[in-house]
Formats: sequence, structure tokens, C-alpha cells
Amino acid sequence: MLQEQGPTIWDRLLRVPRWVIYLIIAAAVIFPFLHPLRFPVEVSQRTRQLYDYIDKLPPGSVVCLAFDYGPSTMAELQPMAVAVTRHCFRNNLAVAGVALDPWGAALCDAAFATANSDGKKKEHVDFVNLGYKTGYSAVIQGMGLNIHEVYKLDNRKTPVGDIPLMKNVRTYQDLAIVIDLASSSTPQAWIAFAGARFGATVSAGVTAVMALDMYPYLQSGQLVGMLGGLKGAAEYEKLINQPDQGALGMDSQNLAHGAIVLLVLLANLGYVVTRRQARRRQER
Amino acid sequence: MVRPTSIRWKRGGPTLALIVALAMCAVAWGQGQLPRPPSSLQVVDTPNDDGTSLTLAWDKSPDDGAGARNVTGYAVFRVPPRGKRVLIGRPPAGATGFADVKLKAGQAYSYEVEALSAAGPSAAAVGGPAAPTEQWYHRGRTNVLVGIVIVFGLVAFNILRAQRGAQLYVRPIAGLEAVDDAVGRATEMGRAILYVPGLTGISDIATIMGMIILGRVARRTAEYETKLLVPCNDPIVMSAAREIVHEAYLEQGKPDLFDPDSVYFVTDAQFGYAAAVGGLMVRERPAANFFMGGFFAESLILAETGAAIGAIQIAGTDQDTQLPFFITACDYTLMGEELYAATAYLSQQPRLLGSLKGQDWCKIVIMALVLTGAVLALFGAAWFRALFQVQ
Amino acid sequence: MGLVRLRIPLAITFVAGVVLIVQFFIPSHPSMKLYAASQAWLRIIGAFAAVLGVGSILKTHLERVQRAHQQWPFSTLTLAGLFVTATLGIGWGVQPDSPADWIFKNIYTPLDATIFSLLAFYVATAAYRTFRVRTMEAGLLLTGAVLVMFGRVALGEMIQPHLVPQSLEWLFTFPAAAAKRGILLGIVLGVTATSLRIILGIERGYLGAE
Repeated sequence: MLQEQGPTIWDRLLRVPRWVIYLIIAAAVIFPFLHPLRFPVEVSQRTRQLYDYIDKLPPGSVVCLAFDYGPSTMAELQPMAVAVTRHCFRNNLAVAGVALDPWGAALCDAAFATANSDGKKKEHVDFVNLGYKTGYSAVIQGMGLNIHEVYKLDNRKTPVGDIPLMKNVRTYQDLAIVIDLASSSTPQAWIAFAGARFGATVSAGVTAVMALDMYPYLQSGQLVGMLGGLKGAAEYEKLINQPDQGALGMDSQNLAHGAIVLLVLLANLGYVVTRRQARRRQER
Repeated sequence: MVRPTSIRWKRGGPTLALIVALAMCAVAWGQGQLPRPPSSLQVVDTPNDDGTSLTLAWDKSPDDGAGARNVTGYAVFRVPPRGKRVLIGRPPAGATGFADVKLKAGQAYSYEVEALSAAGPSAAAVGGPAAPTEQWYHRGRTNVLVGIVIVFGLVAFNILRAQRGAQLYVRPIAGLEAVDDAVGRATEMGRAILYVPGLTGISDIATIMGMIILGRVARRTAEYETKLLVPCNDPIVMSAAREIVHEAYLEQGKPDLFDPDSVYFVTDAQFGYAAAVGGLMVRERPAANFFMGGFFAESLILAETGAAIGAIQIAGTDQDTQLPFFITACDYTLMGEELYAATAYLSQQPRLLGSLKGQDWCKIVIMALVLTGAVLALFGAAWFRALFQVQ
Repeated sequence: MGLVRLRIPLAITFVAGVVLIVQFFIPSHPSMKLYAASQAWLRIIGAFAAVLGVGSILKTHLERVQRAHQQWPFSTLTLAGLFVTATLGIGWGVQPDSPADWIFKNIYTPLDATIFSLLAFYVATAAYRTFRVRTMEAGLLLTGAVLVMFGRVALGEMIQPHLVPQSLEWLFTFPAAAAKRGILLGIVLGVTATSLRIILGIERGYLGAE
């Protein structure tokens, strides 16, 4: 009487249940929060380029951060915003936040609040949230002519003319750099309108998926450095020596990537072995 | 007793003269630190515009980028016939041009440009008057016109060829061949078909193609009397989809089977929509999922949820960042232009097949141009690349 | 399909398409005004679309509640969310520290981020299921995926310093970028040809016609 063989370990490797995979990923993501592993973060040339540019700015320069993303991508982009703002605050640079995304203004407030958690910086003197403006490329072009015409009031409804930080900031020439934090194609608009037309210095922080799209602009010099994904945020945090959400997230990302690769390799091992066993059975 | 003024002057005179002389020397010394002005300021009508812009061009100040009188930027002023001049821009150091916009066509304007430095502004370079005029043809876009003529010409030629009976070969596209099979599978299993028309608006070509494929799928579901669900992310897309599905049921002679509520608006929030459609999949367990249109980060959430419930999945999008996710999670994926080819492929209409052929001929032209450009670039010929710049 | 449902829409499409193509080559003031007007009309139509959307939500979910559909508690929640958020937003504004802003920060933002974070799990299951070395192409795909997975995190540097990150940079800069541009060229041609078909009325499926 023929006995049916139960599934071997190799068959099981091919059919790991979904819930097991989800558990492995959950464990890989959660574990570093309980026990930080502090994986080394290697800083890329792209991140260093932006850091060096900001680091060399004279005190009192105004950096513009464009918050062009929403809550769904804030896990990747918010740590960048906080790290860059901290760097600016440390070097006594002023920061002006603008938003082309409706959710950007609230995220700008949150980023500034986090970076200014010690309360040493004053709103309207060291930082200002100019808020959200609809119009996309029209806003970018309008800022090149007169920022005060585009943003008559800031996010708190204060007349921009009365804001000390904005008194001498009228066009891109008065901004040391514009850094667009984006989850969509807004960096291309900033490059085309602010950079090419008005001579603004432009950089970008984008999600990891979009980083590949920015390479041509980096290579041509239209972008001064770029932060790509959570890794970009972690790299910047390393440069300013203040590891935070970016570094914490990278621990999880390291483990998760390792877990996925391990699962894939095990599945392939199971596939190769079961295929070989099946061939041998056929030959017999 | 107060001494007379003349006597006081005689005694304080040399001191006062010394102070005045020192002051004049200080002014002269300060003047000597000011930068030299830019030169050869020209004001011309900006070409290819609506007559509201003038372009200024100048030679840089000799002190731009050199020495103790280093120029930090320029100040551009518009000078009215009467009254004070108005500052209109501050180009950075190194700039040799500026465009003044929002002017009145036909009106003359004059300008002054000063070089700025830490010590102060230079004397002004004067230019103008000049008047902006509007143009009726944008010369900078002639290359686009030529390109359009070539593309339209090749497409039109092949449409005519197809209409005259030429046999045009179109390679098999597995995803499109599987559409009818997927509908048949759902019918046999007695389960619904889920059609997701994407998250871009009705003006996006991918959404339009998604609507067209929806029409075909709806005709099949009407024919086989299979349940069709179309959750929409955009209200206008919802209206269009409802019309298309209704027409399909009318065409098949089954207007009573059409349920208007099967095509409905969910939300325009990206992840709210993904959550809603994911929940719909888990509850209704459709046998076939179609994802046709523009998608973003939610693409993998939708596709993987569909894979988890065991549905056969056919996706098509022109978002190249989302193609990898659909390729891994779906059974068939229409990549980019394969989505646009869908209507021609499914209907086999000669005019549509002809336009596909025209596209292919255009690709050959582009490949030839790319090769030519690459070879010329090796020899340093930048003029060829300049032909393709669009203003 | 008759005059109203087919011929008139096709005529509007043809005229609008030709006019806007010609407009692209005419920089004069009337042409710019026409373009600005077309953009304004698009926004106006989009605003009316919001009315359509809200109407659809109300109709769908009110019917479910009325008919005591299986999912009626969730429909009630949906309607409540719609009314509460709209009332608070219209009544108290959406500035920082308003009630609507509180809803955004404490309900919408965490929910949005949560659904997005599901991608982490779905990437794992999709990769596990798909990256099998069945063919040579699948093997190449697997190799690329492993390289990207390791190269984007510190693990790559730890496994082989410089080699993995540099290989990834090369992959991004040359083969991946070249493939992307090839796909994009095809898409652009497809858009051009499809637009021509729609403008000329050869493509009519979006109106429900064959």
C-alpha cells in the first residue's frame, strides 16, 4: 500500500502562510523600538552635498522649506524636515516654510515644533510658516517676483509685512536655498520655475521610490544634493549628530529588508530542492 | 560778555576746515570703494510672448566676482516718465540678464541697473526706452510643431493604410487576451468582478483608456449576467463610468440588470480609497480584479489584497513607478503604452490598429534620432541636442 | 447613440482639442487669456464634481442604512464622519488648533499613515511569492531586487563595503534609468497617438460607443 508523503520542510518553505510573514515583518519593525540596534549609517555624497551647502551659509541667511507632502508619506519626509530645521536652528539660520500640498502647512507646524522643542527659537523671528497656497506652478513663479504678493498673511493670519524674518525676504535672491520635500513631482516644478527662471538654489527631499527620478537633475547640477527616503533622513541626522526618527526607522528598515531577503532566499531554496526531487521521482 | 561771531570763527576756522576736508576725503574714499557699474545695457522685446515682457541684458560689472569692491548682486529699476524709479528685481552676482513681466503691450519703458556691493550701489547703467509687443507665432516651439506633424502624419498614413485593407500585425498582449477569460472565470464561480479605474482624473489619458476597457468588460458582464463593482476615486470619473456601464447593458439588451449603485464614489483620499477597496475585496471576494488607469502608492495594497483572496488580476497603468508592484502582484500587467493599445487590440478596428502601427513607426524615427544624437555627441556636436530644446 | 450623447460631445472634443493645440503655438495675449480661461473652467468643473461626490456618498450610504444592509453600521459611521467634519470645518474654520485641525492631526493623519504602512507587509508577501528563479529573467529580477534591498540599507555596507552601494548606484544610473526612459518614450508616443484618436473621434469608447 502506497503511503502518501507529508509535506517536507522544502515544501513548507514554499508555502509559508501569510500570517507568519506578517509576524516576521512586524517583529523586525518593532524590535528596534524596544532595543535600538544602531546600525551604522553611511552618508551618501548626495546628502553630504546638501549638508555642506547649508553648513556654509552665513548666520542670518533664510532657508525655505517647501512641505509638499501629506500624512501618508510623513514617515519618510517628516524626519528630513526636522533634521534640516534643526541644522538651520543650530547654525542660526532662519527657516521659512511654504506648502503646495493642503496638508503641508500642518506638517510644517509639527516639524518646527519638534525642532524647537527647547523653545529657544522665536516664531516670526527665527522661523515662520507661510502656509498653503493653491496654484502650484503659479505660486512658485509668483514667489520669484514678490513673495509678499503671494503670501500676504502667514499661517497664523499675521501680515507678512509685519513679520521680522520676512522684512528683507522678497524674492528667491533673498533665500539662501529652497528645499522641496515632496512625495510627488513638485521638485521638477521648483527646478523649472524657481531654479531655471529665477536663479534660485534648489534641493529636494523625496521618498525612496522617487529618488531615481531625481538623478538626472543631480547629475546636471540643477539640484544641490538630495535626500532620498528614510535613509536620507538618517544620513542627515548623522551629519548633525542628532539621531532621531530617521535613525530609529533605519534600524527597522535594515531588519525588515534582511527578513524579506531571507524569506525570498529560503523560498528559492525550497523551490530548487523540490524541483530537483520532482525530477528525480520522474526519472525513477 | 559774549565774543562776536567773527572772532569765534577766526579762532575755530582751521579746525572746522580740517573736519570738512576729512569728511570729503571719507566720501571720496567711500566712492572709491563702490563697484563699477554694469555696461552695455540693452532693453529688447522678449521674443515669443504675449507682449507683456521686456528682456534686459548687460555686461557684468568689472568688479563682479573680483577684488575688494566685489559685487554681491544687481538692482534693476523701472524708470517711469515721471516720478521715482521702482525696484523690480535683484538678480544675483554673475547675472547678465533680467526679464520684466506684466507690462502693457505697446507702452515704452526705460530701465536702470546698478551693481550692488557691501559698500553700496554703483552708478546706474541706463537702457531703453523699449516697448513690448506680442507675437502670433512661438518660434521657439517650431521643433514641437515639426514633431507633431511627423507623428500625426505617420499615424494618419497608417490609419489610411489599415482602412484600405492592409493587414497589420500586432503582437499578442497576454493581459488583453486574458480579459474575456477573467470575466468567464468570475461567471463560472458565481462571483463578482471588481473594476478599479485608477486615481487620476478624467483628463488623464490612462483614465480614459480605463473607461474604454471598462465598457468592454461591462458588455461581457451584461452578456454573462455577472455582478460588476466599480468603486471610484473621482466624482467625474464615477459619472463617466456609470454612463459607460449603462450603455453597455443597454447595448446587450439587458437594461434591467444595470444597477447604478454598482458604480459609486468612495472618497478622493488616496489611502481612504485603498482601504475601502481592500475591504470591499475581502467582503465580496471578487473572482477577477481589473486595475486600469493611473495609480500611485496604493497600487501594491490593492494588488496584494486581491492576490490574498485568490482573484485573477489584470492591471494596466502608465505610472512607471507602480509597474514593478503590479508586475509582482498581478497575473497580467499592461505596461504603459500597452494600456493605450488595449482598445485597438480588443476591437481589432482597422483605424485603431493603424494608429498603433503609426506609433511603432514613430518609435523607429526616435531610435534613429537617439543613435544619431549619441554619435554626434561623441564628436562634441552640441547643436543636434539643441534642436530638441523646447521653450 | 444620437446627436446629444455622441455627435455633440465629439464635436466639442474636436474643437477644444484643435483650439488648444493651436493655442500652444500662439503666445499672444488673446491666446494666453483663452488658456487661462480653459484652466479656470477645469477648476470650476472640478469644484462641481465635489458636489457630485458628496451626493453619491449620501445616496449610497443612506440607502444602506434605510435598507438595514449588512454593513449599515459602517455606513452610519461614514455619514457621521462626513457631517461632523464638514460642520466643524465650515463653522470653526481649518486654521491650526481648530476642531477640524484636531480631527486632521489625531484621526486622519494616523489613519492615512497606517494604511500606507501596510505596504511594508505587502512588499514582503509579494516578494516572497514572486521572486522565484523559474527562468533566467526571473533570476535577473531576483538579483536586482536583492541588490536594491541590501544596497538601500546599512546591511549592504556591512556585507561588502562600497561594492554593494556602488553596484546599486550603477544599477540606478544606467540600466534602470535607461529602461525608465524607454518606457517613458513609449508612454509619450502612446499619449500623443491616443490624444489624436480622441480628438478626431476615432476613439469613442469613453462615451460608451463602440
